[in-house]
Amino acid sequence: MLAIFITAFFPLIKTFWDSFFSFGLRPGIPKRFIGFDNYIRLFHDTRFMTSLWNTLIFTLISVTLEFILGLATALILNAKFALRGVVRAAILIPWAVPTSVSSQMWKWMYNDQYGIVAQILYKLGWLAPGTPILSEKWSSMVAIIAVDVWKTAPFMALLLLAGLQTIPSELYEAARIDGASGWKQFTKITLPILSPTIAVALIFRTLDALRVFDIFYIMNKSVETMAVYNRHILMDRAFTGAWFGYGSAISVVIFLIISIFAIIYMRSLNLKFE
Amino acid sequence: MTFIKSYKTKKKIGTTLLYILVVIMLIFYIFPFYYAITSSITPNSELFSKTIKLFPKHPTFKNYILVFTERPFYKNIINSIIVAGTTTILSLIFGSFAGYAVARLKMPGKVAIMSLILAVSMFPQVSILGALFQILRNMRLINTYPGLIIPYIALNLPLTTWILHNFFKDIPISIEESAAIDGCSKFMTLWRIIIPLSAPGLVTTGLLTFIAAWNEFLFALTFMQLPEKYTVPVAIAMFSGKTFYELPWGQLMAAAVIVTLPLVILVLIFQKKIVAGLTAGAVKG
Repeated sequence: MLAIFITAFFPLIKTFWDSFFSFGLRPGIPKRFIGFDNYIRLFHDTRFMTSLWNTLIFTLISVTLEFILGLATALILNAKFALRGVVRAAILIPWAVPTSVSSQMWKWMYNDQYGIVAQILYKLGWLAPGTPILSEKWSSMVAIIAVDVWKTAPFMALLLLAGLQTIPSELYEAARIDGASGWKQFTKITLPILSPTIAVALIFRTLDALRVFDIFYIMNKSVETMAVYNRHILMDRAFTGAWFGYGSAISVVIFLIISIFAIIYMRSLNLKFE
Repeated sequence: MTFIKSYKTKKKIGTTLLYILVVIMLIFYIFPFYYAITSSITPNSELFSKTIKLFPKHPTFKNYILVFTERPFYKNIINSIIVAGTTTILSLIFGSFAGYAVARLKMPGKVAIMSLILAVSMFPQVSILGALFQILRNMRLINTYPGLIIPYIALNLPLTTWILHNFFKDIPISIEESAAIDGCSKFMTLWRIIIPLSAPGLVTTGLLTFIAAWNEFLFALTFMQLPEKYTVPVAIAMFSGKTFYELPWGQLMAAAVIVTLPLVILVLIFQKKIVAGLTAGAVKG
């Protein structure tokens, strides 16, 4: 047990400590204490601020869409139809595939010369032929959100489906006898009973989306998230100059931002441990 | 009569609508794989043409051969098997002990421990990337298997402990008590009784750990810096052509299909267990 905490928490404490220094990873750059200078610099760093906004926008839109699509999928899967088990397994596939693989698959579909999605968009006249989807800021954000939604909606759907299956069918029968419409049944029975499951699913996905790295790193270089920027400073710049302390400060800030979200969520959920 | 009839037609329309929805849903989730598969067996001359192509006119397996002959892809697969396999086995061993301890022993601060476990699973990995890199570099573990396996165990152990704890908790304590009366030590009870009884739980947890370790990207990208040390996700992300401007998409899709198929098969075989494990890990938390 102790081992987990050493491997997970010791690096965190070290990161915190390093963030007060100015140093690099190449030998010969002296390590000196500079207090909160790294943090002050951070707030004037427009590239970091942009990456923060990108992350927040990405999280908000993708988690919302994912929830809507996940719920729709869960409702469909909750109905009775032939081969339901197979269909349920099939939608799990996007979730199981490594993000780097699905990113590359979609990158090919988005390819501005030969990709199928790009071709269809050109044919429909929604996009000028030859437009590179992934090198323009907004179109690439939309494209990346689409991939993320596709990849994680199944996970959301399965969590919600598990919740749906705990709702006793007698409730719906009673409502039908009372003449409640399908929509009424959905808003008065399904949603309220499902809300704890919805809350948990949203928490997991939000915290995941806030630390997104793979998709952005692989799919394009024109939109950055916090994690991508952080790694760039820590791994690319720290070997050429005294950037490592600064990178550590970014790490700490990311950790704090995500912790704030986590705490708000835990509080609002009132999590209890047995 | 008319009431019953209209009810029946209504039901029929409803069923048809449902099937249409199911088909749309399936197309949405499955199409990218279909497209990757057909792309991987399409010769380059057809692949790089400006028409919408849903199936190749002259299918070929050349791309599959090239993936293994032109690059160290088989080494990448072996790396991933070693790293993800070792991580899974060790996480299951440590996770069993920890999960059993949390489920059974009356410890002070159990709530605190469980909260910490949950906190680790919410942790932004990039926050410990730099420090971990320094530590591993000082220990000369960069570009080695342990350099990736140790952080993976640390990352996965919380979830393993959490899910296994849920499984262990459901085993009736009376079985253990009778074992104790028969002279079984705590360790023997765990090994002889609890582990076999919770075998389905172990399979589920193992699968989830394996998939997580197999798919991890950030640490693998940072701690394995030589192309022949890359794990599969990194190798696929770093795929490049002979020249900067040309990317061998056919080969890349072949590689994608090769690494996706085993996962697809695993998911299809164990889908019920995976769903149970996912919901145990998340919803019950």
